Amino acid sequence: MTQTRTEARVADTARAPGAVVLTDVVKRYGRGPGAVTALDGVSLSVGPGSFTCLLGASGCGKSTLLSLVAGLDDISGGAIEHVDQPVAMMFQESALFPWLTVAGNVEIALRVRGVGRAERRDRAQELLETVRLTGFAHKRPHELSGGMRQRVALARALAQDASVLLMDEPFGALDAMTRDILHDELERIWREQHLTVLFVTHNVREAVRLGDQVVLLSSRPGRVLNVYDVEMDRPRRIDSAPVAALAAEITDALREEVSRHAG
Amino acid sequence: MPVEAVKKEKDTSQNWVAGLDELERTPVTETRLGRLGARLWSGTWPKVLALVLVIGSWQLLFLSEWKAPWVLPSPLTVWEDLAAYAATPDYWQAILITLQRALTGFALSVLVGSVLGIAVARFKPLRAAIGSLITGLQTMPSIMWFPLAILLFKISESAILFVVVLGAVPSIANGIISGIDYVPPAWKRVGAVLGMKGFGLYRHVILPATLPSFVSGLKQGWAFAWRSLMAGELLVIVAGQGSVGALMQGAREFNDAARVLTWILTILFIGILVDAVFRAADDRIRRSWGLHQDR
Repeated sequence: MTQTRTEARVADTARAPGAVVLTDVVKRYGRGPGAVTALDGVSLSVGPGSFTCLLGASGCGKSTLLSLVAGLDDISGGAIEHVDQPVAMMFQESALFPWLTVAGNVEIALRVRGVGRAERRDRAQELLETVRLTGFAHKRPHELSGGMRQRVALARALAQDASVLLMDEPFGALDAMTRDILHDELERIWREQHLTVLFVTHNVREAVRLGDQVVLLSSRPGRVLNVYDVEMDRPRRIDSAPVAALAAEITDALREEVSRHAG
Repeated sequence: MPVEAVKKEKDTSQNWVAGLDELERTPVTETRLGRLGARLWSGTWPKVLALVLVIGSWQLLFLSEWKAPWVLPSPLTVWEDLAAYAATPDYWQAILITLQRALTGFALSVLVGSVLGIAVARFKPLRAAIGSLITGLQTMPSIMWFPLAILLFKISESAILFVVVLGAVPSIANGIISGIDYVPPAWKRVGAVLGMKGFGLYRHVILPATLPSFVSGLKQGWAFAWRSLMAGELLVIVAGQGSVGALMQGAREFNDAARVLTWILTILFIGILVDAVFRAADDRIRRSWGLHQDR
C-alpha cells in the first residue's frame, strides 16, 4: 500500500498493451515565480485490464492528470507511457452533439477513424446494445435523461476502440440511484471488453466500489499519497460493510490531507 | 453459480436499467395535433387583431378627410386596385424580377459572408484588422452606397447587387463569428478526444455547432438585403426591367397613391412570408436541439 510498491510494479507492466505507466510526472502552469505546480512527481503504474480510481480533494490535479494521459495537454516533466494511442475519454458532462441522433453521436467517433458507412451503423447499433439503449438510436440527446446520456457518451468512448478508458468524474452529476446502476453497468462493460480504466472521482465510496486500486492524491501540489489495493470480490455493493470500512479509512487519510491546508 | 441463477441476475439488472429509463422519460401529455392547433390559434389571433386595428385606423383617417382621397385612398380602394392588378401579368413579372434580384444578392451574400465569417473567426490578426469594421458596416444605412455604386457600375443590375451584398454580408459574417465564439468548450474537447484536428474539427463540431447563430445571421442578412434592394430599385431604374421599385416610382409620378399602397402592401406581405420561412427553420433547429420552451 505504499509508493515503493507502486514503483516496483512499474517494471512489470510497462509496454504491455493497455498498460499506463507514469514516471515522475510534473505539470506546471505558467512560468517564473508565478508558476503553479499542479502535479509534482506523480509515479503510477496501471496494469492492463485493471480498474484504477484516482481520488483526492480539490486542487490535487486529478483531472489534469487525465488530460495529460489523454494527450490533451503537455507534461512539464517526467514521462507517460501507454502502448496504444489514442485513449478514450469520458467527462462529467456527456457533451453529446445536439445536431446528431443518439446513433449519430456514437457513429461520429467511428467516422473520424475512417470506418465505412455500413460498418458504422452496425457497430453503433452493437455499442448501443452494450449500454442497453437499443431502442433509443433515433432519439435526440435532449430526449434522454442524464444517466442515459452518460451511457451514450460511454458508447461513444467505446467506439474509439482504445484499450484505455479515462473517466473524469463521469457520474458526478447523477443522482445516487442512477449512479448505482451505472456502476454495475460500467463494471460489466469493463470486464466484457477487457478495458483498462482510469477513473477520477471525489467520492470515496465510489472509488472503493469500483477500483482494483485506489490512488489517493495530495492537494497543491498533487502527489501520490498512498495506493490502496481493494481486494474484495466483485460485484461489490456500495453500501456493503467492507466497502464502507475501507472508505472510512481512506476518508480519514483524505481529511488529514485536507486539514494540512487549513490556516 | 448455476446457469439459471446467472440468467436471473442478468435479467434483474436489465429490468432495473430499463425501469429507471422508463421512469425518467417525460410523459407526453398532449397529442401532436392538439398542440399544433393550440399553437396555430395562439399565433393567429394577435395577428388578426393587429390587422383589424391597422385597417380600422386607416379607414378612420380616410373618413376624417385629413388628406384628399386621391392622396390617401381608402382601404377598400387599395384592395380593389390590388385585386385587379394581381390579375395582370405585369404585377407578377415585377415581383419575379425583384425576387430574382433579392435571391441572387442574398445567395452571393451568404457565400461571401460565410467565408469572411469563418476566416475572421479563425485568424486572430484578421479579426483584429476587420472584426470591428464588419460591425461598423452593419450600422451603415445601405442607401448611402448608391451614389458610389452608380459611379462604379452605372445604372445597372450590378449597382443594385453591389449594395445588396454590402448590406447583407456583415450580418451573415457576424452570425458565423459569434456562433464560432460561443461553441461550448466541452464539445471541442470531445472533438479533440475523438481525434479531430483542424478541418475535421470544423466540419464535425464547430460548424454544426454554429447553426442556430448562422440561421439568425441569415435572417438578419435577408432583412438588410431586402431593404437595400427596395432602396436600390427606387433609385436605380434599369431600362426594360419593370421591377417592384420601378413600378412603384412610376405610380408616384402618375400620382397613383392606390398603386403605391398596393406595392407597399405587397412588399410587406413578401417580407412576412420570408420571415415565416426563417422562423420555421429556427423553430426546427430549436426543437431538435432541445432548446424550445413551450410550457
